[in-house]
Amino acid sequence: MKRKFIYFFVFPFFLLLLLGSFVSDNGYFSISQKDVEFHIPKGFPQPFYDIKKNIPTPAGFVLGRKLFYDPILSKDSSVSCGFCHQRIAGFAHIDHALSHGINGLIGKRNVPPLENLIWSNSFMWDGRINHLEVQPLAPITNPIEMNETLQNVLKKLQRNREYVTMFKAAFNDTIIDSRNMLRAISQFLALMISADSRYDKYMNGEDTLSVAELSGLQLFRDNCAQCHKEPLFTDNTFRNTGLAMDSALQDSGVAAINGDMKDFMKFKVPSLRNVEMTYPYMHDGRFRNLKQVLDHYTKKFTPESHADPILVKGIQLTELEKADIIAFLKTLTDQKFLHDRRFADPNGHF
Amino acid sequence: MVRKLVYSVLCIAALVAAMSFTAPGYGKLTIRFENFVGDKPLKLDSVYYKNALGQSYNVSMFKYYVGNFHLKNKEGKEFISRGYYLINQEEKNSMQITIDSVPFGEYKGIEFTLGVDSIDNCSGAQSGALDPVNGMFWAWNTGYIFLKMEGQSPFSNATGKRLEFHIGGYKQQNNCIKQIHFEYRLQIKENENEKIFIDADASKLFSSPNLIDFSKISSVTDFHNAKAIADNYSGMFRIIDYGNY
Repeated sequence: MKRKFIYFFVFPFFLLLLLGSFVSDNGYFSISQKDVEFHIPKGFPQPFYDIKKNIPTPAGFVLGRKLFYDPILSKDSSVSCGFCHQRIAGFAHIDHALSHGINGLIGKRNVPPLENLIWSNSFMWDGRINHLEVQPLAPITNPIEMNETLQNVLKKLQRNREYVTMFKAAFNDTIIDSRNMLRAISQFLALMISADSRYDKYMNGEDTLSVAELSGLQLFRDNCAQCHKEPLFTDNTFRNTGLAMDSALQDSGVAAINGDMKDFMKFKVPSLRNVEMTYPYMHDGRFRNLKQVLDHYTKKFTPESHADPILVKGIQLTELEKADIIAFLKTLTDQKFLHDRRFADPNGHF
Repeated sequence: MVRKLVYSVLCIAALVAAMSFTAPGYGKLTIRFENFVGDKPLKLDSVYYKNALGQSYNVSMFKYYVGNFHLKNKEGKEFISRGYYLINQEEKNSMQITIDSVPFGEYKGIEFTLGVDSIDNCSGAQSGALDPVNGMFWAWNTGYIFLKMEGQSPFSNATGKRLEFHIGGYKQQNNCIKQIHFEYRLQIKENENEKIFIDADASKLFSSPNLIDFSKISSVTDFHNAKAIADNYSGMFRIIDYGNY
């Protein structure tokens, strides 16, 4: 009798408990209304992206996140957005100079980090994409990234019962179309806001910076902030940073898009938020660390070099000053953003 | 109780009936597009045509965006119907478009856009005619492809002797948006569906003002040479006047 009790009641109970511990995520991945509320951080300007036209909802955000981490978007289900855009690296590809894609192919550019995207009016290193919502189409259809067609992606999603349910929940629409897919991904991307670094806390009077960091901030403002404008640390312009063109990549930047030689080797000024984590640096990832970047910018550039006038005028920094600037740049690391559970891969690949 | 139900059913029926009629003061305008090569109606794949240089070619795909139709009345006032249509030789239904609720009156001119206005190139994810799934959108370099013509020519030096003309570009330096304008008298009347006929001559893409030699240019898929083709396609339409007036 007692043995029967154990077999029929106690054992199944523990089995269920065990199973439950695998299945349940203890709320780690669940998204509440509060999780998708949007606020402009203190000191930030109005965003370019009109979030009122695509207000994030828990269901829309969760759908966007699932799409972001789902290799179903690639031709052979091998590559997801999150494959190259890693959360711990500010959604850049840590320690990879050039982007990786399908079939082990290597791209021509360094994976840009994803953060504060709604304050950007152009995307990609050469600004070829003009709106956040259509940005995902570029990597999806690029033959050396995900190499898939939009038609195929939609077919795969329409065949997938889980997606049918999620689209219905997010858009109250039984039709899975490109617009809803892109708007869901945009809801996820729009909330990737990094504005809680030690620098931000210092600016808001909630934290202090060390002597070296403060000296670095002043030097940064005197020498770098004209392009890397606070608080976004970019002015969203395209500039020639005086780099020699890589002979293998033959990448002429914006000029390759519009044919205008005035734009030769111009690339987008990247934000420096979380820059500590987004190494290596520059459009082709040629510099391994921040010291190499500063060494480059303090070189002499002749007017014939096509380099930006600011660089031709010259930036002079001592080794100690460079160290101070690097100390300051590390205060832009936003631990809260880099470890934000909302942006984690719900399949558990961290 | 029953009477109430009958009344409400009647009311709804009346409402539905009222809604199904065109509102007074407005009529319909149907615009029918037909594609030609020279003076012959365009036939996909099977027929070989000759360009102005005598180089033969066929057409396997021919589609383009038209939109934002303007009608001008005598006083110079305009009726504008916003929105785009994808005219696709392969889809018969796409060749005819109907604009509802055009105010009554006499109009003396019609204008429309060949392509997609710059604002609509910069508005994010869109549906309907502008859904990127229609294949008329550059994913790698945001913007709509205004006109696609594909085919083959023995003079082409591309793989498979292909011709590939994907024309678009909304930015100032590479702008391929064209406004098409016709002086044309038409009358919109109550409960009448006015029809106009517009022909597009695909051969114009390669003839004037810019003569295209297929042995030199067989593919245009970005800004290179796009404006030359756009200047050509701005003259490909003509309106057929059947002498109604």
